[in-house]
Amino acid sequence: MPETVVGSTHASTVKAREIGFGDAVREAIAEEMRRDPTVVLMGEDVAEAGTTFKVLKGLVEEFGTERIIDTPISEPGFTGIGVGAAMTGMRPIIDIMFGDFMCLIMDQVVNQAAKIHYMSGGKWKCPLVIRATMGATRRSAAQHSQSLHAWPSHIPGLKVVIPSTPADAKGLMKTAIRDDNPVVFFEDKISYTTVKGPVPDEDYAIPFGVADIKRAGTDITLVGTSSMVQVALGAAAMLEEIGVNAEVVDPRTTWPLDEKTLVESAKKTSRCLVIDEGYFRYGVTGEMASVIAEGAFYDLDGPVRRLGAKHVPIPFSPPLEDATVPTERDVFELARQMCNR
Amino acid sequence: MSTVAKPSKASAAGISADALIRMYRQMLAIRLFEERVNDLYTRALMPGLAHLYIGEEAVAVGICEALRDDDYITSTHRGHGHCLAKGADPKLMFAELLGKEAGYCKGKGGSMHIADPATGNLGANAIVGGSAGIATGAAFASKYLKTGQVTVCFFGEGALGQGVLYEEMNLAQLWTLPVIYACENNMYNEYTHFSETTAGDIIARPAAFGMAAEIVDGQDVRAVYAAASKYVERARRGEGPAFLQLDTYRYRGHHVGDIAREYYRPKTEEQHWVGQRDPVKLHSEWLTSEGIADKSTLDRITAELTADMDAAVEFATSAPYPDPSKVDDDVYA
Ligand SMILES: Cc1ncc(C[n+]2csc(CCOP(=O)(O)OP(=O)(O)O)c2C)c(N)n1
Repeated sequence: MPETVVGSTHASTVKAREIGFGDAVREAIAEEMRRDPTVVLMGEDVAEAGTTFKVLKGLVEEFGTERIIDTPISEPGFTGIGVGAAMTGMRPIIDIMFGDFMCLIMDQVVNQAAKIHYMSGGKWKCPLVIRATMGATRRSAAQHSQSLHAWPSHIPGLKVVIPSTPADAKGLMKTAIRDDNPVVFFEDKISYTTVKGPVPDEDYAIPFGVADIKRAGTDITLVGTSSMVQVALGAAAMLEEIGVNAEVVDPRTTWPLDEKTLVESAKKTSRCLVIDEGYFRYGVTGEMASVIAEGAFYDLDGPVRRLGAKHVPIPFSPPLEDATVPTERDVFELARQMCNR
Repeated sequence: MSTVAKPSKASAAGISADALIRMYRQMLAIRLFEERVNDLYTRALMPGLAHLYIGEEAVAVGICEALRDDDYITSTHRGHGHCLAKGADPKLMFAELLGKEAGYCKGKGGSMHIADPATGNLGANAIVGGSAGIATGAAFASKYLKTGQVTVCFFGEGALGQGVLYEEMNLAQLWTLPVIYACENNMYNEYTHFSETTAGDIIARPAAFGMAAEIVDGQDVRAVYAAASKYVERARRGEGPAFLQLDTYRYRGHHVGDIAREYYRPKTEEQHWVGQRDPVKLHSEWLTSEGIADKSTLDRITAELTADMDAAVEFATSAPYPDPSKVDDDVYA
């Protein structure tokens, strides 16, 4: 896959360096760990190995095994430790190697972490970060390829981050660690090797619930999330060649959701297509499309359309797997139809 | 708190007279509290479900007597006893049980979710085994932050069927965390005898992790206190977790509505535990026979607690419900 450089409205305005997506995540964690001694990170092979994806390489050398903690292969076990430690004075980051393993930790996340603040009438807090990966096309088959960010987005009490660029990943990870609520932070694993981008030199954090216009346009709004932001930008470049000026909006967090920016962009362009890598049915695209339809209905030229992962378990064989995820060509074709070109 | 003068025999079983009388008082408080819960529930004044702790009082009281105020507990669906033993105020408990604004959780938690940072109560949990992670995580934080706190994770023997418990026990032993796993073996997972759900010996399970473990008579508050003190202090010294199997019995149904129980446990068994093994009665008889408290002292405690509990019920029943507009508060910190 070619290396893509994705810009960001924030990063383009300040002095910046170009770094990889994973580097940005690591920098954010390292800086927060320097700032706050109660931040620890635990998960499988996170210390000397620096995770299977090598994203955290070097952290254990700086912070030691007291703070970068290798665990047994017990996702519910160490996630539960994260919940309890978060309630009692720490800010743990829990590393879930593959987002598919969300299935194993759902009780800890949904019934425990998400609910304790409300159930206790606001008395206990749970400042916990769950880092998980998402994204297909690594030929990893059905149990290592899913994008399950719709699940936590469905749950009151959780916040969910799906960054698309290094600058966003860094700024949003800092906010996640400083937030007093449980935050699930999904990193597209293809982005570790394919996405580089400018990241501000200064110390910065990006607030949740603020969408970023990754490309301004006038004819159609392409709402993209995580890896689909790059797909949308690629499609926008193709659309430009046929005279369609697409706007690409990246919500950056599924909850809180910047409904205002989505609706305003759709009102402005009068057409909207939502693209997300999660399963299409009952997912993120459905929610965003209905928010936009409710808010911009009378300004739209046609129905809000959506593209998501096919409703099949992710297959192994490359031509099959590639057919499950929206591509630039898919987005281009549908957007073109929507613009009657 | 008891105000009785110390009797000549100031200490027995290595426990101060104050502590011995306080444990009696706490057990009786739980008993009287739960009887009122039963009453409120059967009079349809309490919404939801009520799982009574009657019969198991010595477990919570003996263990919490061994804890510091700032130590943590996690509790269960059958949690009123744990919360009271850790210092909860009956007024705020009843208010929570009735869904009132004045309750511990502003009415948002109810009977199965009493939580209170002020008494170190990390929360009762309605997922069987659901608090094993929270308890072990609190112990992790205490060790990391070097606070010297110990956490007790209360759970019924039904939680032995939950895999996450063993993940936590493994982690706690590996990382030498100050946590006590208190397995209240009342012998029934709802309506099923534990022998039908539990292979092998319970105590062999912590042993497999190399964890200190002991079987304790959960009807004998002094035995519970002695065992708890030993392992709590050991954990506080940084010597790691422990597992206590506390053999006990719930006198009432799984919940208040579980009245016809013969299909899963014989009446004679219930009669044996109620008649011969009642923790409150056993301890009060021991206190008088040892000359640590006389009957008039115990009667006075009963009268005080009865008045307190009645006042607490009165407080809760007359307290206002939360305004419906509060429904959106406290979702996020
Ligand atoms: C994970 C889970 N499964 C099932 C239930 C329903 N349930 C509530 S209490 C209970 C039995 C619990 O038995 P035990 O742990 O021995 O506690 P006890 O009620 O005897 O105090 C069950 C099955 C639940 N709350 N959580």
